[in-house]
Amino acid sequence: MSLLDIRNISVRFGGVHALEEVSLNLIQGEILGLIGPNGAGKTTMLRVITGVVRSNKGEIDLEGELLNNLPIHARVRKGLGFAQQLVRPFREMTLVENVALAAGAKQTLHPWRSMFRVERREALRESLKWLAMVGIEDAADSFPNAVPLGYLKRMEVARVLALRPRMLLLDEPLAGLNQVEASAFADILVELNRQGQTILLIEHNLAEVRRICSRLVVLDNGRKLAEGIPETVLNQPSVLEAYIGQGTVHAEN
Amino acid sequence: MGYEISLLTFMGISIIGSLSLNLITGFCGQVSLGHVAFVGIGAYTASILTKADTPFFVALLAGMLLAGTFGVMVGLASLRVRHDFLAITTMGVNFVFLGVVREQEWLGGELGISSIPDPGFGKLGFLALVLGCVILVALLSFQIRRSWMGYVFEAVSGDEDTARMLGLDASHYKLIAFALGTALAGLSGGLYAHHVRFIFPDSFAFVESITLLAMVVIGGNGSILGVILASALLSVLPQWFQFIGDYKLLLYGSLLFVVMRFSPGGLAGLAQNLFLKSKKYFALKENQ
Repeated sequence: MSLLDIRNISVRFGGVHALEEVSLNLIQGEILGLIGPNGAGKTTMLRVITGVVRSNKGEIDLEGELLNNLPIHARVRKGLGFAQQLVRPFREMTLVENVALAAGAKQTLHPWRSMFRVERREALRESLKWLAMVGIEDAADSFPNAVPLGYLKRMEVARVLALRPRMLLLDEPLAGLNQVEASAFADILVELNRQGQTILLIEHNLAEVRRICSRLVVLDNGRKLAEGIPETVLNQPSVLEAYIGQGTVHAEN
Repeated sequence: MGYEISLLTFMGISIIGSLSLNLITGFCGQVSLGHVAFVGIGAYTASILTKADTPFFVALLAGMLLAGTFGVMVGLASLRVRHDFLAITTMGVNFVFLGVVREQEWLGGELGISSIPDPGFGKLGFLALVLGCVILVALLSFQIRRSWMGYVFEAVSGDEDTARMLGLDASHYKLIAFALGTALAGLSGGLYAHHVRFIFPDSFAFVESITLLAMVVIGGNGSILGVILASALLSVLPQWFQFIGDYKLLLYGSLLFVVMRFSPGGLAGLAQNLFLKSKKYFALKENQ
């Protein structure tokens, strides 16, 4: 069943076509890999989905509900969980406080009423569980400046998970991690998926993409180039060409 | 005795003013360089109304409402501009306010409004009223800080875009900070007008906005007790020492600079550092 339906999205920045008539869908329970060379439009697509960038054309549909005109925070409340490429923790809060802010989403839904809601223990307790889930509960009370990048990346995922999103949208979560860390991180994603979490993953680490994604969509120059299961897609000549450069495939032949 | 009462009353009014700015700048991270404009709106509104025989508390409330309404309008600007640009925009608000009141005959023009009626509580009664308001505003500040609203303010202050990504309606929260902060500024204005019983445009000049900001920054951006302490000190010093009044802008400007450079957390940050250091020192001594 299609959870998120993206139809004919076009985005122009000035004269540049960042995305042209791209359609894709995210199916309940899958890990969809959105890949492509630099500048292909992957991050732009994710930003269109979250509402940071407005598309010039096209529709984004969450189980029959059109998201196009909703602001970012409203889309998040509808179940879109977005982890950014560059980690952006709240530096004045400890890791567990960072996560608790998301875990207490119910308390902050109505801004005026939030003034009378004080109880944070429940959200903090729940956040410890999310931190444990991504394996960094030992650093719960540390401040972001005192922990390594790998921890912050995991905290970012824990923070999104605490929103209990219907889908996780991850922008290069493995970037900047070494192979061991990347593998461990990918395993966490697989485990989350096994528990029923739908995931859309933008990633350059093709080895991990091949290993964990159930389906791939390839973008190149703002257009959809290919779609299908990883083995087939990654061996398609046009995809290889887009990734490695023109001529390579001919040379191999 | 009368002088001391008057000084304490003025101190209380300053504390309300700086705590109101602390909600916007300290808690929610929205720098405002024109906060005294809202104090002015409250002062002018309340004065005009009590001069027209409106009951004092109704006039005070009306001043708060009007200041809060204009505050929300400026808050709407804060949804479009951020950081330095917001600082400049709010600074502009202060000058627009001055420009308007200076030119309006019915607001008294350059001469301002005099013979503002005495609310009739006596000097001591008025002081009690002001101190009561200080306590209420301080309690409101503490409540906001410990509540989820304060938690979100902290997030918006740290990184607004990320706050949105966590489903937080940052715009709405910012408008609330502006509405509350400016309405309370209006309260301090209404109290001020009925304390001195004479107001004119220069009472709400740009330097007074800087004074309020200095109180917040020197006290420790966001720290309620720090801001109370700093405003208590900074409001009475110029009254005690005439030369401080003459060199206010220079002195407060330098103080702002020194605090930003050497103790960005203000007095509250300084106290916290000293506390941590002494704790470490004693722990070390115990171990030896």
